[in-house]
Amino acid sequence: MIEEVATTAEGDLVINIGPQHPSTHGVLHLVVTLKGETIRKVEPHLGYIHRSIEKMCESLTYRQFIYVTSRMDYLSAHINNHGCAMCVEKGLQLEVPARAQVIRVLMDELTRIASHELWWGALSMDLGAFTPFFHAFRERETINDIMEETCGARLTMNYMVPGGVMYDLHPDFQRRVKEFLKLYKLKIGEYDDLITGNVIFQNRMKSVGILSKEDAISYGCSGPVARGSGVSCDIRKLYPYEVYDKVSFDEVLETNGDSFSRYLVRLREMNQSIRIVEQLIDNIPEGEFQAKTKAVLKLPKGEFYTRVETARGELGIYIVSEGGTTPYRIKFRSPGFSNLSALDHMVRGSKIGDLVATMGTLDLVIPDIDR
Amino acid sequence: MQQEALKAIIMELFPAITFEEGGEWLTMQIAPADWKPFAKILRNAKGLECDYLFCLTCIDWKTHLTMVYHLTSTIHRHSFVVKAKLDRNTPEIETVCDIWRTAEFHEREVYELFGVKFLNHPDLRRLILTDDFEGFPLRKDFEDPVNMIRL
Repeated sequence: MIEEVATTAEGDLVINIGPQHPSTHGVLHLVVTLKGETIRKVEPHLGYIHRSIEKMCESLTYRQFIYVTSRMDYLSAHINNHGCAMCVEKGLQLEVPARAQVIRVLMDELTRIASHELWWGALSMDLGAFTPFFHAFRERETINDIMEETCGARLTMNYMVPGGVMYDLHPDFQRRVKEFLKLYKLKIGEYDDLITGNVIFQNRMKSVGILSKEDAISYGCSGPVARGSGVSCDIRKLYPYEVYDKVSFDEVLETNGDSFSRYLVRLREMNQSIRIVEQLIDNIPEGEFQAKTKAVLKLPKGEFYTRVETARGELGIYIVSEGGTTPYRIKFRSPGFSNLSALDHMVRGSKIGDLVATMGTLDLVIPDIDR
Repeated sequence: MQQEALKAIIMELFPAITFEEGGEWLTMQIAPADWKPFAKILRNAKGLECDYLFCLTCIDWKTHLTMVYHLTSTIHRHSFVVKAKLDRNTPEIETVCDIWRTAEFHEREVYELFGVKFLNHPDLRRLILTDDFEGFPLRKDFEDPVNMIRL
């Protein structure tokens, strides 16, 4: 949607993309300066969905603030909650029961698959292919149904609490996940057949939106965006939490740094998540699903920082406590914010048609950027 | 052990620094005027090479503001926290966006939410709030007239 056409002093065309544009997947506003069809500059304007979650959290207790974080990166709601619960546990020096740890990792990985499914469908749609969207949603729905059965919600789960998880697993959970795995393995091949080998798709993705390894590090990129440029940054491998050091999976790395590399990283990451789920689904230990905690949680005076790997990259939770029942200051280092900062650098000099393809492979979730 | 070794390297390169005890990572306090030269040392000195700025934020302590920089090295895998105490009425510090490019965005966020002025920043404009917004929302004395949550 072009809202207004203006030119700069040099005669460059300035157009607004968004805030309500289908390919920005949310309310992202880009001011693009063009010389003909070539991009001179991209300036993101944020804040259309800024709720100041950090300020809100300052007046919520350590139990309450976790629910707000589901609304940041709503596609990795479980992982956001997980990180916050872990940060509170770090402050309380609380040991999480083995059963809860495994449940948490299972839920995280299912979330990651569901999130990448949505990304895959949406990216294909950005590039003009509509069918993949339905394929992706068919599998995603199955995961959402499994989540709903156990957590009671499909998107903002709020299932992780300090000390473990809120409820025990639904009795059908294991059976349904195994059914899903069986179905998924039949379908994952279709993804490659449908899109990956397609000539038009490859031409639009290869050598587009290149991000070098040095730039990826300098721009603070994380997750599949950085791994597509060959930066080893998987928090699950580097700083393992819960049971990630006990399961075997590979960190997916690509070295080309173009859109196609980022595409391949995410696609292969889904397979790795499946591997983790397969290893854990039959090995959920018996026992408590939640540690005993006091009704009112008080963190000791100090600073606590945890890092978790969400579907989009590294989420950091920084709590500054003054010893009370609410955080004094809380900062969410969201992966999307840093990844977006590299967009301008990535698309400068390329054609405007490639902007959408590049943005699609950044996998931006706007509430995560705005917070 | 590793922390002690890093401490020694830093002490040698930049003596005007104080270390904070406790915390997961090596935490340092620095005067705002020393930040830029120190940042360059952290980024380039052999054995330190902190090339990844993963978190940049500010804390309002009511009497003063504190800038907090979380840095890590993708080569050596060690992390540092650097803090700089700023005056609350005229908070000013040098930008580091020429050292770590991601700082450009993060500094703009801190600029509008806390009112910290980053000297020599190439493009210090508002990123999130509207141009006519008054006040600095993440400061402790800020009260939103409409949507304030009080418990």
